[in-house]
Amino acid sequence: MTVQIETTANNGVNTEALMGARDAFAQAPEAAAFTFRSTCSWVDGTESSNEINGYFGLGQEHTRPASFVINSDHPTVFAARDTAPAPPEIVLSALASCLTAGVASVAQHRGIQLNSIKAHAEGDVDVRGILGMDPDIRNGFGAIRVRFEIDADASEDDIRALVAQSQKRSAVFDLLTNPTNVHVDLA
Amino acid sequence: MRHISTVIIGAGPAGLAMSKCLSDRSISHMVIERGEVANSWTTERWESLTLLTPNWQSRLPEYCYTGEHPDGFMSMPQIADYLHGYATSITAPVEDRTTVEAVTAQGFGYRVSTDRGDWTCDNVVFANGACGRAQVPSIAQALPAGIAQLTPQTYKSPAQIARGGVLVVGASASGTQIAAELLGVGHDVMMSAGAHIRVPRRYRGRDIQWWMDRSGVLDARIGEVDDPDRARRVPSLQLIGDAGLSFLDLNTLQARGAEVTGRMVGLRDGLAQFSGSLANQCASSDLKMRRLLRGFDLWAASQDLTDLPPVELHPVTRLPANPRLTLDLANGRIRTVIWATGYAPDFSFAKLPIFDRKGELRHSEGIVGPGLYVLGLPLQMRRKSALIDGVGADAEALATHLEHHLKIRAA
Repeated sequence: MTVQIETTANNGVNTEALMGARDAFAQAPEAAAFTFRSTCSWVDGTESSNEINGYFGLGQEHTRPASFVINSDHPTVFAARDTAPAPPEIVLSALASCLTAGVASVAQHRGIQLNSIKAHAEGDVDVRGILGMDPDIRNGFGAIRVRFEIDADASEDDIRALVAQSQKRSAVFDLLTNPTNVHVDLA
Repeated sequence: MRHISTVIIGAGPAGLAMSKCLSDRSISHMVIERGEVANSWTTERWESLTLLTPNWQSRLPEYCYTGEHPDGFMSMPQIADYLHGYATSITAPVEDRTTVEAVTAQGFGYRVSTDRGDWTCDNVVFANGACGRAQVPSIAQALPAGIAQLTPQTYKSPAQIARGGVLVVGASASGTQIAAELLGVGHDVMMSAGAHIRVPRRYRGRDIQWWMDRSGVLDARIGEVDDPDRARRVPSLQLIGDAGLSFLDLNTLQARGAEVTGRMVGLRDGLAQFSGSLANQCASSDLKMRRLLRGFDLWAASQDLTDLPPVELHPVTRLPANPRLTLDLANGRIRTVIWATGYAPDFSFAKLPIFDRKGELRHSEGIVGPGLYVLGLPLQMRRKSALIDGVGADAEALATHLEHHLKIRAA
């Protein structure tokens, strides 16, 4: 009962490099310790701007040639200027991006050609929580749903398996489904 | 100091199979057993447990089940009798009630120190089982005082369990069986389920082990397995040795009144925290089961098996719309926690540099080092390596290697 899969799929993911990294980290697990960073500056009102550049990994600091910028604000219904997405929307986009990258990587590894992927992420928030009106209502998402539209040269079960595996290996899915110790302090 | 060619540690199926293979090669050996033959089956399991494999599948080198119920499942006293019968039939040289305290290097061989004296030997075979230690997560230390904690090794029967709620952590064979037993006597049971492997006991009129055996799934060599490290960590099948029960899965437990939630991931201030990933764990498990059963269907079609009932489809795992993410363990509802979170082998007696950085035994298909072997670990050589039915072939291969090793040393 062995199934041979022709690995002619090209989803633009270098899985050979990723599998090589797995072997390298097995020999030197300390190299697998990464630290990511984002530096947020207040702009005005509820608007802020994140600069993302350096990170630590493979035992050393890495600097990108140019920084990435992610701005955030709040919608006008919260009496804000709505110049950028709200932070929870950025979290949804991070989840959708993480799962989508996972689907592409797993599909490449399994030799499945992808034609298109669209992930629709939505999360429910009862804003009475953040307004401090009811201690029984949490601030964060009460539930998050992601709906994938995937066109790939594979059976429905194989596509479902891609989606399942992407969740198992996703950093952001883990962040949202499991607790994390968060330490916030003055510099 | 007494000397013997080979010391086998453990007189269970693996140790006895190895003894048989060494006797066939006229290699002098002894089997050291801390209790009696089949000790862990009789002292470290719960009372209602039966084997998960049918009687016909308890095949050992030149020994098999000859009773009237080849499709039945042995109780723990029955498997103990069965293994005592094997030890007698092969005249295994068992030194029982002898506990190994240390295995150390000595000259070109080893020294095995026991509570009844020391031996030197050329070879040592660790056959003391894959389930020597029940694994308990570190969060267990934070459990509020007053909540009883058990593992599948210390759980014996419902008589031990205080009235009230039980949180069973782990949804593999041990966890689902114990949860079902406690639901049966009226306990309020909460099941925390992480990764699990859902399979039906019977499929298309045959036991699942018949399919695994005949289709060749169990014979797959470790070299043919995609990711051996991951495959060795796959949890046990959600099975019970009861041909009358088609599934012992999360659907069955919920139908009997259990509340199901995700993997337990934290415990702070008396509040247990569960992962929100249950839906994906169940979806993955349903997909894996479908893939396994479709593989059996394809195999059956290729074999022209005409006497089989038609293909069966199974409903997906049903879940609460919003599985709970927290549980207050301080409010008195939960009186007992059962950590059915897996087992690890116990080779702590080995004072040798044979463990990796996670403390796991390094070996290649059971060969640990010169004259040092392990038998009975999951997928150590084949998919069936940890089954009673699998240790025979592995013992045969290791005995051949061991014999060769002795000849090289003698030369």
